[in-house]
Amino acid sequence: MTVTDHTRATSDAAHSHGLAAPTPDASRADRPTSFDVDAFAMPTGREEDWRFSAVRDLAPVLADVEAGGTLDWSVPDLPEGVTLTDLDVASARERSVRAPGDRASAVAAAHSGGAKVLAIAPGTIVDEPITITVTGNGADARGHLLVEAGTNSEAAVVIERKGSATYSEFVSVDLGANAGLKLVLLQMWDADAVHAGEVVARLGRDSRLRGSVVTLGGKVVRLNTSVAFAGEGARVDLFGLYFADAGQHQEHQLFVDHAVPRCTSRVTYKGALAGATARTVWIGDVLIRKEAEGTDTYELNRNLVLSDGARADSVPNLEIETGEIEGAGHASATGRFDDEQMFYLRSRGISEDLARKLVVRGFFADLVQEIGVPEVEQGLMDAIELELEHVNEELSEDAHG
Amino acid sequence: MSTLEIKNLHVSVDTPEGTKEILKGVDLTIKSGETHAIMGPNGSGKSTLAYSVAGHPKYQITEGEVLLDGEDVLDMSVDERAKAGLFLAMQYPVEVPGVSVSNFLRTAKTALDGEAPKLRHWVKDMKASMEQLRMDPAFAERNVNEGFSGGEKKRHEILQMELLQPKIAILDETDSGLDVDALRIVSEGVNRVKETTGLGVMMITHYTRILRYIKPDFVHVFVDGRIAEEGGPELAEQLEAEGYDRFLASA
Repeated sequence: MTVTDHTRATSDAAHSHGLAAPTPDASRADRPTSFDVDAFAMPTGREEDWRFSAVRDLAPVLADVEAGGTLDWSVPDLPEGVTLTDLDVASARERSVRAPGDRASAVAAAHSGGAKVLAIAPGTIVDEPITITVTGNGADARGHLLVEAGTNSEAAVVIERKGSATYSEFVSVDLGANAGLKLVLLQMWDADAVHAGEVVARLGRDSRLRGSVVTLGGKVVRLNTSVAFAGEGARVDLFGLYFADAGQHQEHQLFVDHAVPRCTSRVTYKGALAGATARTVWIGDVLIRKEAEGTDTYELNRNLVLSDGARADSVPNLEIETGEIEGAGHASATGRFDDEQMFYLRSRGISEDLARKLVVRGFFADLVQEIGVPEVEQGLMDAIELELEHVNEELSEDAHG
Repeated sequence: MSTLEIKNLHVSVDTPEGTKEILKGVDLTIKSGETHAIMGPNGSGKSTLAYSVAGHPKYQITEGEVLLDGEDVLDMSVDERAKAGLFLAMQYPVEVPGVSVSNFLRTAKTALDGEAPKLRHWVKDMKASMEQLRMDPAFAERNVNEGFSGGEKKRHEILQMELLQPKIAILDETDSGLDVDALRIVSEGVNRVKETTGLGVMMITHYTRILRYIKPDFVHVFVDGRIAEEGGPELAEQLEAEGYDRFLASA
């Protein structure tokens, strides 16, 4: 059985796309994966996985050529049992949990010039989060990163990306049996950055991945996350928070592959949009294979549109091949903070700027607390406040200009 | 002691067929402690009066004045009007996703007073007011108006009025769509606030039923954007018996 629904909020009524829904793949599992760039045709924007993408802006990361630049990695003193090492391209292929799922990440892996491996040795317990900052200096760069959490290890890894770059990456995340990993990817790019990323995770028996994605910066960000369960009893919680201003295109695609019995997945993504041309895309695919009895899954996407002209697409897909499950569900809703809501709050003495803050804070607050890394949570509320300052400036200029 | 003066108010709205004048010269003065019932048939402009005074951007004031204690209300932004002491209980309160009732009320109170209310008093006041309006305590953690029944929405409006303590409140069809029990609870709330704060009330209603619970000092019959007739409570009784036909025929 395949259940598909699609909600879309187009605030600007005059803005019509006339998009016919393409026929979904026979199964999400049928999508090809390969390290060979030529296995993927150049996207035109009509493909199922590219139909909402900013294909034109992403052209540089789709070309099968050397990029030439690098990003600056700022790595703290790593605790005992944690190492960051370099690995050649060929070995990196071998050690990745699977091959890239689209052309952008195949290009990233092919032209990375070698991968970095962040390894947490088996049995290592790290209390403090490991925070790595990656900064672009305007360069065009490709990257391949492997995160390997050994059996019975427990750690939190925060990777913040900032500065300006045209960057694509392939990230492999491997959790050994009973490993616990919190992985936070922060997209705090400058306004002109273009970023395409694919994160693929494999969860061993009884392992736990808490993966959070925060996208506030960049001109175009397309970040796809796939999780495959390789052993029973594992659990994944995926959180996403995004905030698109005028001119930003933020896309997050997810795929959770329940291939073994008794695993649990929760996906919660929330986004706010402000300013004409702000654009967000969320696609959440969940596949429960025939073998995956006892699966428990739920995915949710909420979008809050703060001004005219912004557009949020939200597409949850749930594919179920067995009836022997604990639960499976999804929800998607896109709401608008409109003139009537603004009038209502202002008629109670709340100023326009504060009204917008109140609504956005309320919208994100519970999600921020779910990330589970206190160091990130506080900074994030501040970053959202900063986004709102910009939005308030822009929108009040619009209103009065 | 406060006074709201509406003088020769003319208001237009943009429609697909062009600009349309809805209010055609309204004069009305409301003082603290007074209750004015504005009655009239649907489409006569009663709600336009309410929203124009509160400052909804849809309505253009083409002529006239609105003064609160001598201050020009029309020159104020929507939130400034609230700070000056005006309150509008809406006929269709708006849902605000992601904002809890308690957060909303505290933020509004802080904005109006210029400082956060003392936590202990605030919690006590809120609890007391909610109890009297027969609102479940869990209500405070629900999102503003999201999934509220009609009666809950109206009680929530009166809860705000009680806690925010305006000088003059405009109740826009607060009685519409309420069963008798809810109407009684809401009316008791209005009477309580009047008694404790000396609130002046402009009560817009289509029906006379609410006037059994909230006694008006003055009744104004609104027809075609103007006040067609004024009087005391006896006028309401006459309207209950005769309806609006007399006014509609002449209009």
